[in-house]
Amino acid sequence: MTPDEEREFLRRRKARNWVVAGTLIFFVVLFYAITIVRIGGQG
Amino acid sequence: MTVALLAHNADETMASTAIQTAPNATGTQMPTEWRDFFTLTKPRVMTLVIFTAICGVLAAPGSIHPVLGFTAILAIAMGAGGSAALNHWWEADIDAGMKRTMNRPLPGGRMRREDARDFGIFLSAVSVGLMGVAIGWLAAALLLGAVIYYAVIYTMWLKPRTPQNIVIGGGAGAFPPLIGWVAVTGEITAMPLLLFAIIFFWTPPHFWALALFVQSDYAKVGIPMLPVVAGEKVTRRQIMIYTLLLAPIAIAPWYIGGTSWIYGSVAVVLSALFVALAMPVFTRMRADEDKMLPEKALFKFSIVYLFVLFAALVADRVAAYQGWIA
Repeated sequence: MTPDEEREFLRRRKARNWVVAGTLIFFVVLFYAITIVRIGGQG
Repeated sequence: MTVALLAHNADETMASTAIQTAPNATGTQMPTEWRDFFTLTKPRVMTLVIFTAICGVLAAPGSIHPVLGFTAILAIAMGAGGSAALNHWWEADIDAGMKRTMNRPLPGGRMRREDARDFGIFLSAVSVGLMGVAIGWLAAALLLGAVIYYAVIYTMWLKPRTPQNIVIGGGAGAFPPLIGWVAVTGEITAMPLLLFAIIFFWTPPHFWALALFVQSDYAKVGIPMLPVVAGEKVTRRQIMIYTLLLAPIAIAPWYIGGTSWIYGSVAVVLSALFVALAMPVFTRMRADEDKMLPEKALFKFSIVYLFVLFAALVADRVAAYQGWIA
């Protein structure tokens, strides 16, 4: 792998990791909110 | 169908070798950009899916907690995205042969074919599970049906086999308002079925008007699109037939008593305009150096038609539920 390829490799992996992390956090919050609504009997 | 699936899988083995992102000299695979995964979900198509799903949720009688309403629309969007990714996976070879689609992530060589398939299955499965757990299993079953309808029945089975593929494909796009409505009410009644029917009968004149003035490469890759297989005259006649079928179905929510005069008057005016614009498309034939203005006008109007019709439905129902009209 050339230095340029390695930089690109790391950039892509880092960007994907951020997107996966953001998606996971979003779903944690969403499931928490769904649970609160369901338990509260508002669904 | 089984034979076709097996033949396709054999082709896929060769194609995936040819088009996957090539590993470098050290054998390391460059990770796919996250934007390419997003592209797989066909975001532009999804705007219509989200819009009609929101209309289904807002127009349905009864109420839903905003968190659950948002979750229902999210699940519908994810299901649409998942089935779109499966469509990309299955049609990678076809996409590679057409100018419009040759730069998509798979034919562009920016993603491995198996990754698109796994992403599509994962997204679809999560969408159905989310809908079932948060909203209800009837809406989840409809969502699963929509994914199977688009990814398997339409994409894999009927699209390459019949020139009526657009009619069948219209069914897939017709699911979102039905699912949105059922997410609120928990039951299937005449109104959500009419919303399904409106999009189902709207799709053929919308798409075939476009197909008449845009030169596509479908013939080159063996997809039997109606204008290519049956010719312009038949296509123009089919546009007229589906437009005439659409008009009473679009007005039906009013005369069965599902909406008030607000939606009814908008539906009557819009449907009359649709028929008036389809008429010249039906009666004329292409001339030399034709600018295809009637076809372009019909296509543009068809987009306005659907958005305004569904917006009118929501306005009508919200006004009724708020007690502003009888």
